[in-house]
Formats: sequence, C-alpha cells, structure tokens
Amino acid sequence: MKRNAQLTGFASAIRISSLSDEFKHPSTIDTIPPQSKKRKAAEATVASDTLSAQRSSKRIASAAAVKEGPPTPLTTGSPMDSDDEFMSGMSSDEDMLQESDNDDGSADDFGFDEPEPDLGYSQKGAVEKQEKRKFDINYKVYHPEDIQAQQDDLIDEVNMILDIRKEDAAILLRHFRWNKERLIEDYMDRSKKVLEDAGLGPSMTGPPKLEVIPGFMCDICCEDEKGLQSFAMKCGHRYCINCYNQYLGQKIKEEGEAARIQCPADGCKRIMDAKSLDLLVGADLQTRYHELLTRTYVEDKDQMKWCPAPDCTNAIECGIKKKDLLRVVPTVACDCKHRFCFGCILADHQPAPCELVKMWLKKCADDSETANWISANTKECPRCNSTIEKNGGCNHMTCRKCKHEFCWMCMGLWSEHGTSWYNCNRFEEKSGSDARDAQAKSRVSLERYLHYYNRYANHEQSAKLDKDIYHKTEKKMIQLQSASGMSWIEVQYLNSASQALQTCRQTLKWTYAFAYYLGKVNLTAMFEDNQKDLEMAVEALSEMFEKPVQELADSKLKVEIMDKTSYCNKRRVILLADTADNLANEVWTWHPKDLFDYFKS
Amino acid sequence: MFATKRLGKELAKIHGSLPPGITLVTAEGFQEWLLDIKVLDENPIYLNQTYRLKFKFSQSYPIEPPEVTFVNTTDRPIPIHPHIYSNGIICLDLLGTQGWSPVQNVESICMSLQSMLTGNTKNERPEGDAQFVASNRRRPRDIDFYYHDNTV
Repeated sequence: MKRNAQLTGFASAIRISSLSDEFKHPSTIDTIPPQSKKRKAAEATVASDTLSAQRSSKRIASAAAVKEGPPTPLTTGSPMDSDDEFMSGMSSDEDMLQESDNDDGSADDFGFDEPEPDLGYSQKGAVEKQEKRKFDINYKVYHPEDIQAQQDDLIDEVNMILDIRKEDAAILLRHFRWNKERLIEDYMDRSKKVLEDAGLGPSMTGPPKLEVIPGFMCDICCEDEKGLQSFAMKCGHRYCINCYNQYLGQKIKEEGEAARIQCPADGCKRIMDAKSLDLLVGADLQTRYHELLTRTYVEDKDQMKWCPAPDCTNAIECGIKKKDLLRVVPTVACDCKHRFCFGCILADHQPAPCELVKMWLKKCADDSETANWISANTKECPRCNSTIEKNGGCNHMTCRKCKHEFCWMCMGLWSEHGTSWYNCNRFEEKSGSDARDAQAKSRVSLERYLHYYNRYANHEQSAKLDKDIYHKTEKKMIQLQSASGMSWIEVQYLNSASQALQTCRQTLKWTYAFAYYLGKVNLTAMFEDNQKDLEMAVEALSEMFEKPVQELADSKLKVEIMDKTSYCNKRRVILLADTADNLANEVWTWHPKDLFDYFKS
Repeated sequence: MFATKRLGKELAKIHGSLPPGITLVTAEGFQEWLLDIKVLDENPIYLNQTYRLKFKFSQSYPIEPPEVTFVNTTDRPIPIHPHIYSNGIICLDLLGTQGWSPVQNVESICMSLQSMLTGNTKNERPEGDAQFVASNRRRPRDIDFYYHDNTV
C-alpha cells in the first residue's frame, strides 16, 4: 500500500484531468496560468530527491557490507570475507558460479555486517591483494594520518635529494601539484626559475624571526610606534605583526587559502611558508592552516578524492580516467561505509554510467517534461493564446480569460458550428491533423518518461520507507532476543535483510534511469528480465520484512527471509555483472542513438 | 580601530597633495569617501568628463579591499568601459579579494582606475550589462566576475 501512496507530480496532475473527464455535463475550461501547478509538484519531487539523497547516503553506506550468502547463520569467519563485497557488484560470471556453488554450504554467515575493528586496514590489503578481474576498480582508502604521512614522505625525499629546507620543499611540491618527478627534473635543469615561480626567489639564510627596527612604519596600518614588532619574508617586504595577523586571518579563515598565500605587498609572489606562519599567528589559525594544507594535497591530485560522507575525513585514491567513465561505473566504498561513485562523487549509481546519471537528474530537475505535459494535455485559445486544459464536458469551449468561444476539436469559431452542438463534423484541415500528430508524439514521450520516472521515484521512496522500518528493526531485534531467546548473532538476519533492501533498491532505482536511455536491442530483454527478477525478489523481501515481531520469531519465516536476502543480493550481482560487462564492451545502444557522442568527441 | 588610523594617515596625505586629475570631494568619517577623477590624455571616449567615485570602507580595511563604485549625478556620468556596468559597479581584479593587496590605498586605486580608462579604446558596456544591472542585488565584492577579456 505504501507504493500506491506516493504519486509523483506528473502522475497526480494527470489523474486530476482524467478524473474530471468523467463529469460530462458542464463545459468548463481551466485557464492554466503560465506557471502551472504541475511545475510546483515537480519541484517538490526534486527537492525531496536531493534531500533523500543526502539523508540516505549514510544509510546506503551501511548497506555496503550486505553479503550474499547462504541462510545458515554461523559465528565463525569464512574465507569469502565481506571485504570484497563492493567488488562483487562488478564481478564476472565465473565468480557467480563460484558463489552459487557455495550456496548449499553452511560456511557463510551474517556476522560480518558489523564492522570489524581493523576493517579499514584489512580492506586496503584486500584490495591490493585481489587479483584483477575485468570490472574491478582498484582503489585505496586513506585516513588523515596516511595522507599526512604521504606528504611528509614526499617532502623528506625532496628535502634530501635537492638539499633544500623542508618548508621550501613543501612549497615547491605544492607548486608542482605534488608531482615529485617533474619537480626534481625541473629543479635540476633550472633551479633559479623554479624557485622564482614557486615564490621562493633569491634567499638569504637564517630562520624566520620577528624584528624591531627603529624608525619602521608599517605600510598597511601606518603604525610607527617604538618597539613595534615587524616581520618580513625573504622578499624583504616588512609589515607589523598585527597587520600580518589580520592579513593571514583573513586569508585562512575567510578565503580558505593555505598553500598559496602570497606576501601582502602588491604584485609580490612570495608564498607564506609554514614556519613563518607559525611565528605570526595563534594556535587556532595554525591548526586551520595545516588542515587546509593537507586538503590541498588531496585536491591537487587528480587520482584522489575526499569521501563525500558528512564528517568523514578519509580520501580515496583511484586510477580511473575521465574518458573511461562511459564504460565503467567506478563505485568505491570508503571505510566509513559510504559507497559512492569515484567519477562523479554521487552516491552509488550502478549500473548507470555517470553521464547518464547527470542527464537523468537534470531531466528530472528541469522543466523539459513540464513542457511536454503542457503540449500533450493542453491547447491554446485561438484568440488570446492562454494555455487551456479541457477538463470535461463538450467541445464548446469558452475561454475564461477572453470569453472567446471556439470548438475544441477544430479550434474554429463556435458560432460557425450552427446547430451541430457537441459534435464537430467539419472537414479536418491538414493543419488540424498535424497538430494532433505532434500531440500524440509528445504524449508518448511523456508516458515513456513517466513510466521510468515513477519506478525510479518509487524505489527511492520505498528505500526511505524500508529505512524507517530498519530503525524499528533494531528494536525488533532486541525484542526478538528476549521473546524467542535467540542470541544477538541469531537475530542479525534482520539487519542483513534491511541492508540488502537498501542496496538493492538503490540499484533498482538506477536501473530505471538506465533503462530510460537504453535503446531496444536483444540485450535489453535480458536486462529487463534481470531487472524484473531483482524487483520481484526485493518486493517479496520487503513484504516479509514488515511482518510483526511475533511472526518474525517464527523459524520458518526466518529461514525464508534469509533465503530471500541472499537471493536478492545474488540477483543484484547478476544484474550488475551483466550490465557492466555490456557497458565495458560497448554493446549497449542508446536512446537516442547519439546520446553520448558529445562525450566521446 | 584598525581602519581608522590607516585612513587618518591616508587622509592627511590626500589633503597634502594628490596626483593630477584626482580630487577629494568629501571624506567625512571613515566609512564613505567621495573622489572625482579625470582622464588626463586625449582619449575621445572620456574627453572633458569628470567621474565620481564612492569608496566604502569596512572595519577590516586595508586587509579587505574597499568597495569602490562610480556614482551617477547630474554632471557626473558613469564612464563607458567594457568592465564598468551602467550601475557603476567596476569589474577590476584589484578590487576583489584575489587581486587586492593591503598596501594599496585610495590614491593608488584612483590612479589604477584612471589608467584603466586611459588605456581603453572600446566604447562599450560589458556583455550582459542590462541583465546584470536589472538582477544584481549583491555587494560588488561578492560578485564573481568572470574576466571576459583581460586585455582591456
């Protein structure tokens, strides 16, 4: 019933008009204002889309560790550990066979849904160790301390090789966007120019220090008190400590700069180094500065991205190239369990490639379908051009705005119809039939879009509802433990089921966006079969999942849920493996055919 | 007060002497000053014209740049320039946080604007001027100017 409850903006608008068709008597006309109600409805849907996307991100992440496995719970670990689960989405057919071989066995469990304390590290290891499969995405998760260590290593290395101060090495590395090889090569060739470009111009020796210079007047604040402390970097532009403090505070706090803060002097390209900065500002600014510095390391590297989950400080390294994004959907899972696409940073959108996702979201957000709806469902008053939706009655239309009376069928003057009331039998001009053809076309296009959109939105909504149930599940599991005397580990099957529902719905959701752009070939039928199988399994599981606690305690239902959970996960892997395979081999055709041509060129 | 002392010094210097073509109109308090500028050479676009500049200073001046705009009065039009909108907003990197340096001052800004006008040969407004003027509600400093043409 929850599925029926949600009507999208488009659907509800259509329903209203079809309902009103039932009122046969009055010939009423609605003059639709240029900004139709429908648009509002569409906006509302979109707003909730983004909201849910944000809110669900954590949730989906927690579903990352959903395992496909046989139903018997067991507390011991299995050789097939959960670490490679995110990979299984892309696994090839041989793996599928392997996994189904495992099916009757009892060597798997649900205990891995809870994170193990060392998960982060074991996962990293696992990724490295894994032999390369066709669609695997190799990536590594880095924690803040790893990122710091990497930077320090690079700085130390450059410091040793080029024999320059560590601060200078850091500035040079940032200047070269952390490309160590290029830095060393360029430095060997023409060290003077490299230093100059990086803002390290001709240098005097000695550590940075504050000085009191008699007769000094600060050019910024015009202060010339005796004993005023001042500072100058190696460029010699000297300002008082207060001005420096203000200046750096503005740059760091307000403008979020760190790696490229220049000397306050006009046109001076000298870059503020970490040691000088520590001398000039308080502890809070220093901390912020170093945070921002660390951040530039990740941001400067094309192969690194921050995990977009709220409050997550990890970064992910992945070698995927932009040009590969039409053939691969590089889904990665952070140690915080957030699953996202490395290509576009959006939450996991397998099997749809990034460009398709971008198009789909844009389509859902913009008004292109509003225009389609208007052209499919309305006509314009021949006199004042107000957009009119006929919401019932006969063909005798009276425009509410200009009181023009005309025939809905032929759009001609009503007065010419004489006595043939409620029935236009005038000869159809060609223009009339052309107009109807165009209308029919836009009706089909709208219906096609709505077909996929409704299913897409439905899974999004259902995932949200399943999530609500998941919150109750935790309570249920505790109740179950006390009601049935089951142990903690024995009730984890509900957790697994919930996570499977989230992951599978996320996938299903995107299969509909994917299908909208998919051209019709033989493969499409197979894809649709896979989609149908997964959808049926998910809906069945969702239904079982909603049962009251007493029934859940029943061991027969428990086995059924566990069976269904593993079946859902399996169907998902099959679907994803199939789509990824075809994507990689570029055998899909698109609707329209030239959908991605702009991307390839 | 950070800005006060600095502005006091600047004002004292301005009262002493100003470069040719720049005159102080009012400087009451340290929040808003008005200055007039003229283009000194024979550039036909700006010949025999005087333009009025309004400077607004924040508390953090000179760490932050002042807000500088041309103002329109009966005998002071807004100069025509591909980087000056018809509402007086100036698109100059010097006045944004990126291009600003705290050692710049009112006098140096006036001189920069003089030379920006002197060097111009295009008798035109920026692209999309009408739309920008009609829709802009932001303070000049918050606008991300896209520098269409850095050669001007």
